[in-house]
Amino acid sequence: MAHTVVRSEPTPVTGAPKKVGRLPRAAVHHPWWFALPAIVVFAGFFLLPNLLNFYYPFTNWSSYHSDIAFTGLDNFKTIADDGSLLRAIRTTLLYALLAALFQNGFGLVLALLLEDDTRFNRFFRAVFFLPVLISALATGYVFQALLDQDGAVNSVLGTDIPWLGSTTWTLIVVTLIHGWKWMGLSMLIYLAGLKGIPGDMLEAARMDGAGPWRTFWSVRWPMLAPAVTFNVTTALIGSMNTFDIVQATTGGGPAASTEVFNIYMFRIFGQGLYAQASAMSLVLFLVVVTVAIPLVIGLRRREQLL
Amino acid sequence: MSPIWRYGRPALVLLLAGLAVGVPLWLVAVTSAKPQAEAIEPNLDLPRSWQPGSNYADAVSEGEMLRGFLNSLLVVVPSVLLVLILGAGAAWVFARRKSKLVSAAYALCISGLLLPPAVITIVMELRQLGLANTRPGMIAVYTGMYLSTSIFFMTGFIRAIPMELEEAARIDGAPPWRIFARIVLPLLRPVIATATIMVMLYAWSDIFYAFFVLGGGDRATLPLNLYQVASAQLYLNNWHLVFAYVVVMSLPMVAVFLVGQRKIVSGITSGAVK
Repeated sequence: MAHTVVRSEPTPVTGAPKKVGRLPRAAVHHPWWFALPAIVVFAGFFLLPNLLNFYYPFTNWSSYHSDIAFTGLDNFKTIADDGSLLRAIRTTLLYALLAALFQNGFGLVLALLLEDDTRFNRFFRAVFFLPVLISALATGYVFQALLDQDGAVNSVLGTDIPWLGSTTWTLIVVTLIHGWKWMGLSMLIYLAGLKGIPGDMLEAARMDGAGPWRTFWSVRWPMLAPAVTFNVTTALIGSMNTFDIVQATTGGGPAASTEVFNIYMFRIFGQGLYAQASAMSLVLFLVVVTVAIPLVIGLRRREQLL
Repeated sequence: MSPIWRYGRPALVLLLAGLAVGVPLWLVAVTSAKPQAEAIEPNLDLPRSWQPGSNYADAVSEGEMLRGFLNSLLVVVPSVLLVLILGAGAAWVFARRKSKLVSAAYALCISGLLLPPAVITIVMELRQLGLANTRPGMIAVYTGMYLSTSIFFMTGFIRAIPMELEEAARIDGAPPWRIFARIVLPLLRPVIATATIMVMLYAWSDIFYAFFVLGGGDRATLPLNLYQVASAQLYLNNWHLVFAYVVVMSLPMVAVFLVGQRKIVSGITSGAVK
């Protein structure tokens, strides 16, 4: 009688496991073991390290000890006392904010410029996507060659500006480079968002006598909300995890003014102070969580309001 | 449309493209063809004497480019395949089943989109598993890191596929694995293209995680080699080699993009923004 319970299996296969009948339909049609390998790999190589990251920062793990002992808050005291903790938090947050701003600003402008599906626009969409395809490390070197004091920009302008040597302005320069590298991806997502706006909605706005500005602010911008959510979230969170561009352009300098979390970890890990690097990694985790959760909730709520 | 905008818009696009993308690429191209003496202070001039051939040959021999290329392929290709296959299986279950447990598992699996990977403790874990400094270790780390991206894109995509397609096959008596392989996977083509290029892009250019997991040495990938070539310029600039390297490293990604371009765009359209 087992198989008669499953209504959508009208032709019972002989020799099929009898147990099947008592399982809910979903378990038969979309069995868990399709998801299991992914869950295992993700748990083992992403979640587990993040859990371990709540333990190792409280130890003396380093290349100088053969065994690992619990030391409490020593590592956090060290990074707080030498000023690197607050500096890294400040630098990373500022970096993420500016990078997300530039990436989204450039991307939105490009999407609006290249919105119509003409051959000309399709070609230039690909051109503006090129920087996304070039590795971030390579991007960093290109801009180092452009912006060095003996570099190409100064030689064209006939100036002698230390673009990458200012403790105040260099962070902004580096975030502009970050925005440049990823603007193509934001552009694609904004283009997708623009394409999703129904044509009759724009038509109606035009009939009501709305000009291009009015149409943009009253119709297209609100309709872009999901694209904005996705773009702002990925840009903000992604740029908190930045490394390559900063490493290739400034290496964290001048005077540690661009030393984001990952640059710090890279440097300290290279010195063999693993637990201390791990402490910084835990702080990064906590900072990202405190930024990400309210951000996602806030943007989602905004989507519903608009 | 006003005439200013009609002619102003293409002009603005040309100007932006020339300044923002043209200038950096031009710098890369001309510098990679210059002799060292000319390349020490990078500028936008054409080379006075052209020597692209020997620069690229030097980048290949001094930069260990062929080994790096092979090493990159050996970790990136398996990572991408695993991310796609495991991700598709999980996304199918997450998109079709409805229960608290499924929602929880889905939320957990896409948490990697937001959370940063704990790179330092990954090293510790890999050492304990005997996978530190190995390719399988690197593949496991990339797969774990980028599964979230593919699961997120694919789940959104599958939810938009009508259930009837699967039901028709089920009535014909097809078991789940056949429905998955014959119906779900082929329909996923556009989003697979998107996930492929995203994961390839990240893994092909990654240096941060490769530095911790692989280190330098025999298994160094292309970006690690580039980093080494560029870091060697502490005493003498070798921009000509760096940029020859940059060109060779970027070309495969440009090729992949050109081949999959249309599918990538449609995949992003349906996956990220609905």
